[in-house]
Amino acid sequence: MNRYPLWKYLLILLVVIAGFIYALPNRYAPDPAIQLSGQSGSMVMDESLMQQAMAALDAAQIAYFGELVDGKSILIRLRDAEQQLAAKSVVQEALGLDYVVALNLASNTPEWLADLGGAPMKLGLDLSGGVHFLLQVDTTAVINTHLDTRLSEAKAALREARIRYKSASLKDQVLSFTFTKAEWQDQATSLIRKEFRDLLPAESQDGSLFVVSATMSTAAVKEKEEYAVSQNITTLRKRVNELGVSEPIVQRQGRDRIIVELPGVQDTAEAKRIIGKTANLEFRLEAKPGQIVGREEFIFRSESERGRTAWLEKKVVISGDSVTNAALGYDENGMSQVDITLDASGGRDMHYATRNNIKRSLGVLFIESKARLEKQRNEAGEEVSVAVPYVEKSIISLATIQSALGVQFRVTGLDNPAEASELALLLRAGALAAPMYFVEERTIGPSLGAENISIGIQSVQIGMAVVVVFMLLYYRVFGLFANLALGLNLVLLVAAMSLLGATLTLPGIAGIVLTVGMAVDANVLIFSRIREELKNGETIQGAINAGYDRAFVSIVDANITTLIVAVILYAVGSGPVQGFAVTLSLGILTSMFTAIMGTRALANLVYGGRKVEKLWI
Amino acid sequence: MSEQVIYNFMGRRRLAAIGSIVLLVVAIASLATKGLVLGLDFTGGTQIEVGYQQAAELEQVRSALEQGGFKNPVVVHFGTESDVLIRLQGQPEAGLSDQVMAVLKVANPGVELRRIEFVGPQIGEELRDDGGLGMLAALAVVMLYVAIRFQYKFSIAAVCALVHDVILTLGFFSLFNIEFDLTVLAAVLAVIGYSLNDTIVVSDRIRENFRLLRVADASEVINESLTQTLGRTIITSLTTLLVLLALFVVGGELIHNFSIALIVGVFVGTYSSIYVAANILLTMNIDREDLMPTEKEGVEFDGLP
Repeated sequence: MNRYPLWKYLLILLVVIAGFIYALPNRYAPDPAIQLSGQSGSMVMDESLMQQAMAALDAAQIAYFGELVDGKSILIRLRDAEQQLAAKSVVQEALGLDYVVALNLASNTPEWLADLGGAPMKLGLDLSGGVHFLLQVDTTAVINTHLDTRLSEAKAALREARIRYKSASLKDQVLSFTFTKAEWQDQATSLIRKEFRDLLPAESQDGSLFVVSATMSTAAVKEKEEYAVSQNITTLRKRVNELGVSEPIVQRQGRDRIIVELPGVQDTAEAKRIIGKTANLEFRLEAKPGQIVGREEFIFRSESERGRTAWLEKKVVISGDSVTNAALGYDENGMSQVDITLDASGGRDMHYATRNNIKRSLGVLFIESKARLEKQRNEAGEEVSVAVPYVEKSIISLATIQSALGVQFRVTGLDNPAEASELALLLRAGALAAPMYFVEERTIGPSLGAENISIGIQSVQIGMAVVVVFMLLYYRVFGLFANLALGLNLVLLVAAMSLLGATLTLPGIAGIVLTVGMAVDANVLIFSRIREELKNGETIQGAINAGYDRAFVSIVDANITTLIVAVILYAVGSGPVQGFAVTLSLGILTSMFTAIMGTRALANLVYGGRKVEKLWI
Repeated sequence: MSEQVIYNFMGRRRLAAIGSIVLLVVAIASLATKGLVLGLDFTGGTQIEVGYQQAAELEQVRSALEQGGFKNPVVVHFGTESDVLIRLQGQPEAGLSDQVMAVLKVANPGVELRRIEFVGPQIGEELRDDGGLGMLAALAVVMLYVAIRFQYKFSIAAVCALVHDVILTLGFFSLFNIEFDLTVLAAVLAVIGYSLNDTIVVSDRIRENFRLLRVADASEVINESLTQTLGRTIITSLTTLLVLLALFVVGGELIHNFSIALIVGVFVGTYSSIYVAANILLTMNIDREDLMPTEKEGVEFDGLP
C-alpha cells in the first residue's frame, strides 16, 4: 500500500527538473549595459565605432566589459548600474546624434538555457523604475474632421449634379442639407447613397423645407477610429524608439487608449515632449526662377539625393495637419504613386494654390523635431552637454503640378513602389492621426524600484521562514514534506512566470507571499485528516491513504473557487493588480501539484509498502 | 490525543448572529455616512512622492510649493521621516509633476523623485466601476459554482458569508479612515478567495458528514464537522496571518494597506465560515435529503482499504 507506480515518480521528477531549469535564468542577474544603433536601419555599426565608444568610456573612467558588435548594434556591458546614465551621455556625446544610445540590460542567461527557451521574469515598472503613460486618443476629433471633408465633397457633388441646396451644415456629427423641392431631396439622397458609402442619409421635412440629414454608419465610424488608434500607435512606436529605451511597450488598451511604458526612463518631461510632439509636413510651391524674396533653401531627405537642394516659397500652402490619409497606389500605367487625402479646409487651400500654378512644382517638406548636444556651463562652472531641441526641414518630394488639386490628389514621379510606400508612411507617421492627451502617468524612480525589489525579496524570505518553522514544529516529518513541497512550489511558480513571460510587480510579490501562506493549506487539510484517521483507530498505512483521498475533493473545490476569483481579478484589474492576479492563480495551480502529488510521493517513498511503527505527524 | 470532544458551535449561533448583525450595521452605517477614503486610483488627481537626504520639514515643503503657485498642497510623511507625499488639489493635468519637481529642486537640490502618479478623472471613475463590477462578478460566479458542486443552500450560505466579509473589511477601512486604493481592492478580492476557500472546506465536511453520520439532527452534524475542521482552520489561518504580518512589517508603504485588508479579511473570513455560512445552513434547515441528488460523488470512498 501507498506505493506510486514508477511513471508517477518519473513525472514528478520531470516537473521538478523542468521547474529548476526554467527558474534558473533568474539566478543570472542581467548586466547593466548600453546599446548603440543607427538612427536608420541602414547604418552599419562596426568595430571602429565601438573603439570610439570604448575610448569615451575609458576617458570618463567608466568600467565596462563584454563589448559586442553585430553590424546592426553594439552592446557594451557596464560594471556598475549607477554609471549607466553617465555612460549613455558620454557615448552619445562622442558619437553624435546620428546614433541612438539606449540603456539596456544585457542578458546573462547561459546559452544552453536560452536555447531551451529559458529567460528571467520580466520586472514591472514598480520594480525596475520607469514611466507608464496612458494616452487617450481623441477619436471624436477624427470623426469631425472626416465629416467636415465629407461636407465639402458632398456640396461639390450636389453642385455638379445641379441639385440646388438651400443650406448645408455639420452639427453634432450630423450633416444636414435643406432643399426647397422634394424632387431635389430625393435626388440628393440617392446621390449621397451612391457616392458616399459611409454616410447614411435620412429624409425629413422642416416646415416648407425638405431636409436630408446624413450620419456616418457605425461601421464607418468604427473603421475610422480603428484607423486613428492604430496609426497613432505606429507613430508612437517611432517616437519611443527615438528615446533610446530598452524594451519599451506601446500597446492598445480598450477602444481608444494607448499604453506607453518606458522602463528605466527618469526624465519624464523629455519623454512627454517626444511622445506628445506633432511632427509635421508642409506643402509649399517651388520658388519661381528669378524670385529672390520670400524663398528658402532646403535639402532633400532621401539618401539618393543627398546634397541636392531646392528653393521653395516661404508661404505654406497647407501643413501635414490637413493630411487625413496617405496610401501607396498605382496609376493607369502601373507606376507607383502616393494617394493623399486632405481635410476640407486643406483641400480648399490646396485648390486655390494650385489652380493658377499648373506646371510649377509643389514641394513636400518633412519637419522633424530633433535635438543636438551643446556644451554649456552650469552654475557650478562645469562644462556639461545639454540637448538643445531644434527643427529640421527637408524635402521628401518635389513634383510638377499637372492640374488643380483638391481634397484628393496624388504625388507621382517616384522611382519605385518602395519609395512610394515609404513616402506614404512618412506622410502618415509624420502627424498623428488623431490628437491625444495624457490620462494617466505613473513614474517610479529608480531608487524606489530597487527598494521595492529588496523589500519584496525580504517579505518572501520572512514569510517563508515563519511558515517553514511552524510546519516543522507542528507536523514534524510530514512538516518536512510540506516544506519541501513549499520550496518546490516557489521554484515552479518562478519557472511558470518566466516561461509565460509574465511580469512581476510589487503586488505580484505580495501574491507570492500570500501563496506561500495559503499553499500549506492543502497539506494542513491532508495532515489533519491523517491525524484524525489515526485517532479513529485506522492503521498507519490506511490513515495516510485515507487522509490524501478524503482531503482531495475539499482541496480541489476550495482551490478552483479561489482560482475563479483570481481570474476575475485579472480581467477587471489593471497593471499591478493583474500582476497580483497572475502570481495568485499560478501559485494556486503549482501548489495543488506540489502539495498533493509532491508530498504524497515523499510520504510513499518514506513510508510506503513497509511496516511503520509510529508516524511522526 | 484525548477522546473526541465535540464543540457546541451552533449552541451560540444566536449570539454570533446578533454579533454579526451589529458589526454589519456599524460597517454599513460607516460606509453610508463616512464612506471610504478613496485613493488616487479612484478619485483621479496628482500625487508625488519625493525623498530627502534628511528628515524633511513638511512646513518648508508646503511653503515652497505654495510659493511656486500650487494652491493648498497636501504634504505628509510617507513611511519614513525623509519621504514626503504631496497631493495636489484641483483639476489634474499631466505636466504638473514636472513643475512640482522644478519648484522643489530650487528649495532643496537634494530632493529625489521617487514616484509620480497622475490619474485622469475619467480613469478613476472607470476603475471604480470596474472594481465594483469585478466584485459582483466574482460573487455571482462563485455562487453558481457552489450551487453546481454542492447545493443551492450551500451556495446561498457561502455568498452570504462572502458579502459579510467584504462589508466588514470595507467597513473597517471606512471606520478607521484607511485609504482605499487599487491594491486594497485586489486584497478585498483575495479576501473573497480566502474566505471562500475556508467556507468550502467546512461545507465539504458538512456534506460528507451528512452522508456518513446516521444522526438526524443537523445542528449536531454541523457541530461535529466544525470541530473536525477546526484544527485545520486555525492552522491555515495562522500560517496565512504569519505571512501577512511579514508583509505588513517589511512590505513597505505601498502594500501596507493591502496587508491590512487581508489581515482583517482572514479574521472575518475564518469567523464567517463558522458563524455565517454554517449558521445560515442551519437556518435554512439543511438536512440529508438536500444532499441526496449529488450522492453519486460518494465514489471517492470506494478506494478505501
